[in-house]
Amino acid sequence: MTTSQRLRTIDWIGVALWVFRAVIIILVIVGTVRKLFFGAGTQYTASDWIDFVVSGLSQGGLYALIALGYTMVYGVLFMINFAHGEFFMSGAMTSTVLVAGTLSRSGFMDEQPVIYLVLVTFAAVLTSMGVALLTERVAYRPLRRAPRLVPLITAIGASFFWQYLFRGLFGGDLKPFPVPAILDGRVTILGLEFLKTRVVVFAVSIVALLGLYLFVQRTKTGRAIRAVAEDKDVATLMGVDVDRTIATTFAVGAAMAGIAAVLWVLVFKQANFFMGFVPGIKAFTAAVLGGIGSIPGAALGGLFLGVIEAVGPPLFLEGLGLPGAHQLKDVIAFLLLVLVLIFRPQGIIGERLAEKKA
Amino acid sequence: MTNILEATHVTKRFGGLIAVNDLTFAIPQGSIVSIIGPNGAGKTTFFNCITGFYEIDEGEFNFDGQSIKGRSPDQITKMGIARTYQNIRLFSYMSAIENILAGMEPRLRSPWFGPVLGLRGTRIEEEKAAVDANQLLNFVGLRGKGDSLARNLPYGDQRRLEIARALAGNPKLLLLDEPTAGMNPRETAETTEFIRNLRDKVGITVLLIEHDMRVVMGISEHITVLDYGEKIAEGSPAEIQRNTRVIEAYLGRGAAGAAHLGLSHQTETGE
Amino acid sequence: MTGMNWRHVIRTGLLMSLIVLLVSIIGMVETFDERDLVVGYLTLGQLLLFAPALFGGYRTVAREARRSPVSTLLGGLVAGLIVAVPLILLVLLASAWPGIRTYFPNISPALLDILSNGQGATTTGIGLLLLEMGLLGLIGAAIHLVPGALRRPLLTALLITSAVALFSDVPLNIANELLDRSIVRILFGTKGLTLAAAVGAFVISLLLAFWWDRSGRAALNRRQATQSPTQAARNRRIATLALLVVLLILPRILGIFLTNVLDQVGIFILMALGLNIVVGFAGLLDLGYVAFFAIGAYTTALLTSTGDLGLGMSFWVAAPISVAAATLAGIILGIPVLRLRGDYLAIVTLGFGEIIRVLVRSDLLKPVIGGAQGILNIGRPSLGSFELVTPQQFYYLILLGCILAWYIASRLRDGRIGRRWMAMREDEDVAEAVGINLTSTKLLAFSIGASFAGLAGSIFASRIGSAFPNSFELLISINVLAIVIVGGLGSLPGVVVGAFVLVGLPELLREFAEYRLLMYGILLIVMMLVRPEGLWPSAVTRREMHAAEEEAAREGIHPEEVQPIT
Repeated sequence: MTTSQRLRTIDWIGVALWVFRAVIIILVIVGTVRKLFFGAGTQYTASDWIDFVVSGLSQGGLYALIALGYTMVYGVLFMINFAHGEFFMSGAMTSTVLVAGTLSRSGFMDEQPVIYLVLVTFAAVLTSMGVALLTERVAYRPLRRAPRLVPLITAIGASFFWQYLFRGLFGGDLKPFPVPAILDGRVTILGLEFLKTRVVVFAVSIVALLGLYLFVQRTKTGRAIRAVAEDKDVATLMGVDVDRTIATTFAVGAAMAGIAAVLWVLVFKQANFFMGFVPGIKAFTAAVLGGIGSIPGAALGGLFLGVIEAVGPPLFLEGLGLPGAHQLKDVIAFLLLVLVLIFRPQGIIGERLAEKKA
Repeated sequence: MTNILEATHVTKRFGGLIAVNDLTFAIPQGSIVSIIGPNGAGKTTFFNCITGFYEIDEGEFNFDGQSIKGRSPDQITKMGIARTYQNIRLFSYMSAIENILAGMEPRLRSPWFGPVLGLRGTRIEEEKAAVDANQLLNFVGLRGKGDSLARNLPYGDQRRLEIARALAGNPKLLLLDEPTAGMNPRETAETTEFIRNLRDKVGITVLLIEHDMRVVMGISEHITVLDYGEKIAEGSPAEIQRNTRVIEAYLGRGAAGAAHLGLSHQTETGE
Repeated sequence: MTGMNWRHVIRTGLLMSLIVLLVSIIGMVETFDERDLVVGYLTLGQLLLFAPALFGGYRTVAREARRSPVSTLLGGLVAGLIVAVPLILLVLLASAWPGIRTYFPNISPALLDILSNGQGATTTGIGLLLLEMGLLGLIGAAIHLVPGALRRPLLTALLITSAVALFSDVPLNIANELLDRSIVRILFGTKGLTLAAAVGAFVISLLLAFWWDRSGRAALNRRQATQSPTQAARNRRIATLALLVVLLILPRILGIFLTNVLDQVGIFILMALGLNIVVGFAGLLDLGYVAFFAIGAYTTALLTSTGDLGLGMSFWVAAPISVAAATLAGIILGIPVLRLRGDYLAIVTLGFGEIIRVLVRSDLLKPVIGGAQGILNIGRPSLGSFELVTPQQFYYLILLGCILAWYIASRLRDGRIGRRWMAMREDEDVAEAVGINLTSTKLLAFSIGASFAGLAGSIFASRIGSAFPNSFELLISINVLAIVIVGGLGSLPGVVVGAFVLVGLPELLREFAEYRLLMYGILLIVMMLVRPEGLWPSAVTRREMHAAEEEAAREGIHPEEVQPIT
């Protein structure tokens, strides 16, 4: 009798989820096998595959940099900062239109390409930080005690506000970003050829990620951030100014987004008021993949997502014989986001519990 | 005498931590049974295991002759186990009467679309539920407070309302998690009397977690002592008071004065 | 000069000057200048330019105690002059360096003309600007000198007049239906009111507001107090009946243009009533709601289209199938997210919505649903040989859908399932512990919500006659969510108010579509800061939104120490 009852109480949602997971895994495996062993779809050479991976890694570095902002803010406020993509966009737009535009027209870019890049980065970082601090002060800080839905709504509002403010300021068209000639072409490393921009982007992202990690681990401000993330009350007792620390967290995350913004326009050579949305969601995915709240997790999650996105369409999507596989690149990222949140909300890399059990 | 609840070799682990260890335990039908133990002994965890909030790793639960292992909390509640919480968990923004109505869920049968189609059965059931809820409100001594928001009620009333919500589903077994925590001696005495009445007049079996030894010794027929998730003693109040292991367990944790188990008035909170 | 807080004056002035500068350089002033409020006298662009100075002047005194009239006026004047400063700098800069347009395309000669009253960067132009702003600041401050009994009616009348002028399309279209041409021409220009109409509106609203303040409100309260319950019930029935009659004859009064707007509002009301069940009643934040709208629309499209992809069925068969399809999708997409809470649920539903959007556009599904080319020739509903074509005819179909949805939502809310939703929204764990089956409770919310969206999508597709992927962007989800929130979470009348404010009003200001989302963003933020419970809140939401504040005030806690609830 007990057996039949246990059968009856089998958790059918669990079964449904299990089926869902199995279908996805099978599809990926079938696609991969068909591609690799039966040569479905376009044929790629080994160097094509290396290119996919490298561009995936450099793209992933960008996701990682943006993801830091999500992860750090979530760490201190348990809030998804929906407007973070706009911090990224504001830096890209401002530095592209105001600084890069002027300096390239005056010929400065060609004379001093390195200083040019530094100035552009400086402008992007400052703008992103300014936008982040304003957003935090006006749209988040007064609502820290409100139900959680409320700051999420203001974040969506802030996102629209910044998008259309920048569209009003600089116009709605695509803004070309002048890339200095030294970054043109390819470079040979270890006998393999890489696009220079990709290499630079990857290297700078890694350096920035390491820098941020050291900042959070070693400096006094970093300790304050960690203290606030751990427990706001205790942090207050230890003499940490919580408001300031939260603002700093936003600023630091935005600075990373500013750096990512410059690297982004170096790769894609243009900026637009709407450019923050999709990278924002992708970076959020990266943060979740790595276990939201964890800085190394965000970095690894970003790289992982970048590679999957670059390799996925040619590998298992084409392998499945889907038409227009590259159009479905975004589906991979979103699907990954959905799957991770449903099955492993603590992330696939991080250990940190994302949601405190009641 | 039959047992309404039987736990056999129940074990619950959290990672490396064993919260409940190989616990075997029975509640006779129509009795008042208490679980005591130092803070962190696994008492509330055990409640969470009975009610299905935690899935147990090993062992078996039988309620009223049926296994409840692996069932979801709502199924277990529908079978007749209701509970209250150590730190009161009412639906704060619902009125007192709405809280009780929500607690009636296990006995409501009408389909969700009833109100849309204006089904007669639904209307009758809802009307009866409203009448019953009001009676229950009066029964726990909250007459006239039905429209107050739960969160606006005084502390003692919130405790009472939580019990009323638990009773609303006509449970056979009621689990009370420190029902007198934070009460003054007069309120504690009233609550003790109330619990006794529940059993004597309504016929509900009661399982109690309680720190106030006066309450425990006063109303329980049977006491089980937990420490580090293990049962260290079991018996009548008089037996427990004499048990040296129990005294050690309390003293060992530095709970001053705990040696006078039967005399301690302290109300401890938090686990 | 005692009692003068110059720091406050300067800060107010600076804040307002920043706003004026921003609305100018992002092009709002110029774009809005094309809309007349009072023909020949005032454009919307000018109002945008003037309002901050006026408001700034008003605000210089708002928070302070009484003081001498002279210093009050002086404060307003200074604030007004401060507002003018950045504009003057802008005029000077832009005329000295026309190249600024390569950076900020909206700093145009037309803008400079508006700012300097056509005088350019001359002494006259700058002097005029300074004079204007100073005067406005002065007037703003002078409002405080008006006797109290008149001040409120005056402000109310100003507001009402501006609103009438701004949305003059509404009275214009109604007048076109009801009045003689010659009278219409006296009252309205091509866009905006004539001076006579504006003055008339001002005087009438002033008188009404004055009367209301003096005796109207008191009289109404008295009547309500003395009313017996049976009388009150009868009055409510009469009011409901009257409302119904008005709703039925509305298209006749409004004319095609406004009915068209009303139709769109109605479709959003229908969707928002559904999302209100999911988010408002059950507390499940769904950002992918547009998916169900799309499923309803595409199902109807595929079933009724007479094109290559369609089956050419009747709308009346297709609509229930579309609703069923959306409901089913609600369950299917609901199952994987059953165990998620709060923010995570929001993100996953957003992810689902985006996946569906990409799939709809992709080549993968193109053979079935037409990709970016969409589906054309969708069948229209017909009754016998009579086919619904005009906005007025569709209005009745939409009205019927809305009334049905309202009825269902309100009955469910007051019934057992409504209680389950509410309990689940408050505390999932406890809800489960009192015997509420979370699975069925959540899935019911998802699927009923989805069915409303499916119906909305079905009507939408057949009204437009085609279905394209870009009608189903994330923006729609956000839009519907904003309606629910701005109206008031969980509140049915709130949904209607929200839809009129967020869909109806922008529709009347179509030519400013590029600034619509900017205003939207500001509105969402301001709303959450000032009135988080919404315009027409349900009782529960109002209690919740203000509870944390009260608590903190009572216990004297610092805001940052309190963790967010739920």
